[in-house]
Amino acid sequence: MEFEAVIGLEVHAQLSTQSKIFCACSAAFGAPPNENTCPVCTGMPGVLPVLNRKAVEFTIRTALATSCAVQSKSVFARKNYFYPDLPKAYQISQYELPLALAGHIDIEADGGTKRIGITRIHMEEDAGKLVHEGEFAGAQASLADLNRCSVPLMEIVSEPDMRTPEEGGAYLRRLRDILVYLEVCDGNMEEGSFRCDANVSVRPKGQKEFGTKAELKNMNSFRNVEKALEYEIRRQVEQIEDGGTVAQETRLWDAAANVTIPMRGKEEAHDYRYFPDPDLLPLIVDDAWIDALRKTIPELPAEKVARLASTCGISRYDAELLSSSRALADFFEASVKIYGGNPKVSANECIHWKDAVAAGKISPETIAHAVEDRETGKISATASKTLVELVIRTGKPLRQLREEKGLSQVSDAGALEETVAKVIAANPKEAESYRNGKAGLLSFFVGQVMKETKGKANPKIVQEVLKKKLG
Amino acid sequence: MAITREEVLHVARLARLALSEEEVDRLRDQIGNILDYIRQLDTLDTREVVPTSHAVEMGTPFRDDSVCPFGDKEAILSNAPDRFEDFFRVPRILED
Amino acid sequence: MHEWTLQEAARKVRDKEISSRELTRALLDRIERINPKINAYVTVLHDKAMAEATARDETQAKGEALGVLHGVPLGLKDIFCTRGIRTTCGSRILSYFLPPYDAAVAEKVAASGAVLLGKHNMDEFAMGSSTETSHFGPTRNPWATGRIPGGSSGGTAAAVAAGLCYAGVGTDTGGSIRQPASLCGVVGVKPTYGRVSRYGMIAFASSLDQGGPVTRTVPDAAMMLGVIAGHDRRDSTSVDLPVPDYPAAAERPVKGMKVGLPREYFEVEGLDPAVRGAMEKALDALVVQGAQAVEISLPHTSFAVATYYIIAPAEASSNLARYDGVRYGYRAKVAGGLIEMMSRTRAEGFGAEVKRRIMIGTYALSAGYYEAYYGKAQKVRTLIRRDFDAAFAKVDAILTPTSPTPAFRLGEKTGDPLTMYLSDIFTIPCNLAGIPGISVPCGMSAEGLPIGAQLLAGHFREETLFTAAAAIERALPHPPVAPLEGA
Repeated sequence: MEFEAVIGLEVHAQLSTQSKIFCACSAAFGAPPNENTCPVCTGMPGVLPVLNRKAVEFTIRTALATSCAVQSKSVFARKNYFYPDLPKAYQISQYELPLALAGHIDIEADGGTKRIGITRIHMEEDAGKLVHEGEFAGAQASLADLNRCSVPLMEIVSEPDMRTPEEGGAYLRRLRDILVYLEVCDGNMEEGSFRCDANVSVRPKGQKEFGTKAELKNMNSFRNVEKALEYEIRRQVEQIEDGGTVAQETRLWDAAANVTIPMRGKEEAHDYRYFPDPDLLPLIVDDAWIDALRKTIPELPAEKVARLASTCGISRYDAELLSSSRALADFFEASVKIYGGNPKVSANECIHWKDAVAAGKISPETIAHAVEDRETGKISATASKTLVELVIRTGKPLRQLREEKGLSQVSDAGALEETVAKVIAANPKEAESYRNGKAGLLSFFVGQVMKETKGKANPKIVQEVLKKKLG
Repeated sequence: MAITREEVLHVARLARLALSEEEVDRLRDQIGNILDYIRQLDTLDTREVVPTSHAVEMGTPFRDDSVCPFGDKEAILSNAPDRFEDFFRVPRILED
Repeated sequence: MHEWTLQEAARKVRDKEISSRELTRALLDRIERINPKINAYVTVLHDKAMAEATARDETQAKGEALGVLHGVPLGLKDIFCTRGIRTTCGSRILSYFLPPYDAAVAEKVAASGAVLLGKHNMDEFAMGSSTETSHFGPTRNPWATGRIPGGSSGGTAAAVAAGLCYAGVGTDTGGSIRQPASLCGVVGVKPTYGRVSRYGMIAFASSLDQGGPVTRTVPDAAMMLGVIAGHDRRDSTSVDLPVPDYPAAAERPVKGMKVGLPREYFEVEGLDPAVRGAMEKALDALVVQGAQAVEISLPHTSFAVATYYIIAPAEASSNLARYDGVRYGYRAKVAGGLIEMMSRTRAEGFGAEVKRRIMIGTYALSAGYYEAYYGKAQKVRTLIRRDFDAAFAKVDAILTPTSPTPAFRLGEKTGDPLTMYLSDIFTIPCNLAGIPGISVPCGMSAEGLPIGAQLLAGHFREETLFTAAAAIERALPHPPVAPLEGA
């Protein structure tokens, strides 16, 4: 029997705000233990939450970029459970009435486009971190660091629209790219600012009903998500083929062993007793606010790839590479604006130097000037590379460095004639052989001229002049 | 009786309250009585009624996204019943 | 001098008839003598209060601008967090808690120039109607020390009635200011929800809790509300409206005011004849001064207690979950793991009434019961609110008893929680609707126990309450301070 998988993904993305969602503590990563805490985020008696406007705006922008319907009224609720990393013993989240509903993202699949539905996007606060003293099984105590408590998160829940691990990976990457383009999340999976849980089930191909799903957690890279999905699908199919059934459970991805394992501990506590948080009033979003935020949505990755490929004369492959970062794509466009020439060359240069671009070490002028000077023969390909490296090292403009280092090349045929004549005169035997048909000797003469000009001659022009003089 | 002994124990577990046997029995009776009294709400037809969560009718206010450190971490940590360096220490999470 | 009103005391300090030091010393001495009899204070700030009074006198000597309560000694219910001063909320679980912040109310009281004498006893986490659930022992009624002072702000009402402070600030979730004010013969105001910041006020039921003044006269209550009211960005439910001149409202004539008498309130079983008699006098007082009595109906009144005893415990079960022994407060000594530590901490740290309400609230929110209990109660809350909306379309204020009976004896109702809950029938609807209410003394029972009249008004119409309550107070003067035996 042939099986197909049904995959839905839940992403928790940390919003790139300066402060926390309900208090003025810093939301920065990596501070000393309990440094970024106050009475509000440590849940002291009598303190109250006040909502961070920017966190709302970031979530609305995400909703607009994923074609969700932003809800004019949404409600914060309390999710009640006890854990030492949850100071109030409830997490403020949105439950019945989330901020956004019913959107979608288009991904590339099987050479075409596939639409993946987004069920909802809601806002919530993060919990703190528990460090287990000793880090071994017999640890007698755990240590709570509450720095992350109340860091703003949004949860983006997809429809169960994906059928393969590759589609899952494509959806996640596209979603991550969108969030990074919007500058609402840094997309860092390793630091936990972009986390993914998966719901996976399998069913015989053609069957309408879903199978029993397992929830997968603990996948901290795109590759791990795909590997965990692959493993889990195989496991479930084998289970069914062996005559067993799939248990509804939460499983953890063990990246070292490449397997998913059932999460230990009882599920008894899953009665969260949600109710509207009386300390926060309903979140009201009017159309004027949505319209103003809509204007701040930049061109998104999919649109950018399509536009660059269709209007800039570069390949779709290059367009995708450039669009992997909004900054890189912007850099490329700025560079091409300064010097048009052959955009493919500019695209290659931008992709080649993308780390320096990301680090802000080179400007669009650097690449535009490098490409222009090469195309007009002012510098050699080697000199171009050397010059960009010098720009990165010194921070000086490329053309200033070209003059300082004497890396311009001679492309004037008239200026080269004297040197060419001199070289021919110094090598009469070789000139004779060339004229007798040993065409391969041309490169010998080119080399001699280059040596004579200390590499500053344009080899293409040298060849032309040599052919004329030897001919 | 509106509530069983098992339900009392389940709710006590959810609420993290270790109750004595005697407390369980007393609470079952008392909560049972109170729930019986509350049942009178069932006589009201509320199908068309919108629930009230708040006594004020306005949208939630916002704060600007600016950082203002509390600045007295010691005053927070010094209340800890058990502290290790700048962490709150708790007994290990036993699996059962 | 302990008999002076708040306004008199403030004027005398301002006019340098007496220094803040002298006044504070006198009250601290009185607390020392009287408090052991009634247990109104859980914390007395002997040295700190004197230091504060000294600082106030120095400020005044320098000719600097003075706050309206400059140099006047006051107390706060021990539910308001005070920085570096133990704040217990009447509970063992917070018996050593030192807040690193001040409640908004504490800040405002300090900014007005007042001197903080100490923290008042209360029912544990404000859950109770008698101040008998306090971990620090019950407070006694200064008019009859064998009786309860009401609750949960019983310590505050008793302290004000006994002349152990010129004013206090309590909190009211289902009557916790008005009922003890009534039983102790003082004035208590539950402001409109959103009028006084809840920041730093330890939460019981967040959608019902509101802080408010307890004083010996209506003009004093008006003055005190003027000090503590106002918008606070730290409380998302705080309403941004200007604070009117409340004391001026206490001087306005009541002539022409329409006062509603809700028939359901007077049909309640167990309404004491003495209370009924006192209410008639209060109504006469208003009518004689030109107010017009109108019979009205609040048809869902009888459902208020049931509604309240779902909503308040549900919110409380969540609000009190933070007391888990991890970050502050009491922690049980156990050999086991985390769950055992938390469960034993909460079992030992909370008293019986608090545990009972946590259990009810947890049950009402738990899977399968939410709609039947919490969802239903929220809808009935809407019906109760609508009752008041309809009533205030016809009348300016509503007059009712505050409590069905005068103060009962200590221990009389502790065995039967439901009977205790039912005694809050007159005060609870006001919290559910979020409207303001006041209790003003309007007579005495045959045994010499105070009886209070409750007035209710529409949202943010506290001025109406002060006008009407002042009219009752003028017509039915009450003794300034409880005549404590042997004091």
